[in-house]
Amino acid sequence: MRVLREAYYILLGFLEMMGACGLFLFRLLRYTPHALRRPGLIFQQVFNIGAMSLVLIMVSGLFVGMVLGLQGFNTLNKFGSTNILGTLVALGLLRELGPVITALLYAGRAGTALTSEIGLMRATEQLAGMEMMAVDPVRRIVVPRFLGGVISMPLLVGIFNAVGLLGGYYLGVIHMHVDRGSFWSEIHARVDFQEDFVSGIIKSFVFGVAATLIAVFEGYYAQPTAEGVSRATTRTVVNSAVAVLALDFLLTALMF
Amino acid sequence: MASDSDKHGKHIIEIRGLKYRRGEKLIFDGLDIDILRGKVTAIMGPSGTGKTTLLSIMTGQVLPDKGKVLVDGKSVPTLSSDELFELRKEMGFLFQNGALFTDYSVYENVVFPLREHTDLPESLIRHIALMKLQAVGLRGAADLMPAELSGGMARRVALARAIAFDPKIIFYDEPFTGLDPISMGVIVRLIRELNDNLGLTSIIVSHDVEEVSSVSDHSYLISEGKVVAYGTPQELEQNKSAWVRQFMKGLADGPVPFHYPAPDLATQLLGERAK
Repeated sequence: MRVLREAYYILLGFLEMMGACGLFLFRLLRYTPHALRRPGLIFQQVFNIGAMSLVLIMVSGLFVGMVLGLQGFNTLNKFGSTNILGTLVALGLLRELGPVITALLYAGRAGTALTSEIGLMRATEQLAGMEMMAVDPVRRIVVPRFLGGVISMPLLVGIFNAVGLLGGYYLGVIHMHVDRGSFWSEIHARVDFQEDFVSGIIKSFVFGVAATLIAVFEGYYAQPTAEGVSRATTRTVVNSAVAVLALDFLLTALMF
Repeated sequence: MASDSDKHGKHIIEIRGLKYRRGEKLIFDGLDIDILRGKVTAIMGPSGTGKTTLLSIMTGQVLPDKGKVLVDGKSVPTLSSDELFELRKEMGFLFQNGALFTDYSVYENVVFPLREHTDLPESLIRHIALMKLQAVGLRGAADLMPAELSGGMARRVALARAIAFDPKIIFYDEPFTGLDPISMGVIVRLIRELNDNLGLTSIIVSHDVEEVSSVSDHSYLISEGKVVAYGTPQELEQNKSAWVRQFMKGLADGPVPFHYPAPDLATQLLGERAK
């Protein structure tokens, strides 16, 4: 009985958070047209969030691509079909690994930065100060960061995929001597624009919305104390990771 | 509606029968306060009496449970958020810690409200900002970051930012707390000068009796949710009430007991041993 009741409360808490998050999303979307009139603020955030994550994304992409190349080569080699290695690397990256791993890294790198930045602004009364100057902090602070994150994510995923493909190429063609022509021509022949490329972009966009929303939501509603901000930052990583993986399953089931 | 609170009436702020409860605790129990236009009015009281909450209610950050709050003729608790923001353009608010934007330089902090609310050309914004910084004596610090400022300087920068938009009313939340004597003197002088030179109405929340007495025209003493005394600093000084005397002179014991209400000491100690 007690377990059931606990489960009930956990479910209730989860639904409550989803509801609050959803309402917050509506509020952000309502202010979006207003925010678009000041693109400078958004580009600044694309720089803060996106450009500052570039090195991490590129290094990770390289390693993931190389691992794909290595695993793929070893497996395909058993069937004597290493010529389709390019397809394997490309599809793996475009459909799954690119969006998912980028989103997870993004939550750890940019999401935590957003949460703690906004949470600390709340804790040091900077948000209240802004309100007292008749400036709505949701419009001025949160919306540009949200949009910056949503714009950054697909770009980061694109870069991750490109670098990952190069990693796979390096391992497969240069290291394991897979035929270079078939590596590229197989990618060309078998990767479908609609099915693989666009669906990957849709995924990355959805992940971008989810991870950034969680980050700014946790930051904005963080308890204004040192402990509160640190908890909110932890929740950002945990909730974003779970949300990204769950959404990934959902989108995969829907699209493929 | 009282004519006093009209656009050009005598009272710029009028509070009647204010009730506010936080959790179990009744913070305000039928508070009445009038703030005279163009004067420096202080609101004093022991810590925890809700002085800062009172400022939050006047500025619409907190909604009261009951009562009338008129600021410049507008009923603050019933304003929509857009109307409230319009009203706040006429208010300056000095937070206790300054609440400066830590990622912006002093200059960028001061121009923030101007950039947000106006389309003034950059050269004019620069002039206004430098003039406001000059008024608080920190024109030379324009390029510093908030982390490089001392506590007193940070408060002066926040003050320059609060007056950047030429407000009608300025609220000071504990402006003297944690300052060295020189900075304190500077703030006291600035409050007076800005009030008289810019034609402001100033409202100070504080428990620093001496500094407040040197700068304010009138003071309210509040305790336990009610106004205990009101008058000029001289009148309060000569007030006969035991409570007012305890507060003004800073005595440890009196009508406000030294001990927080607790069960009898002996009973509690024995009781705990019995457990």
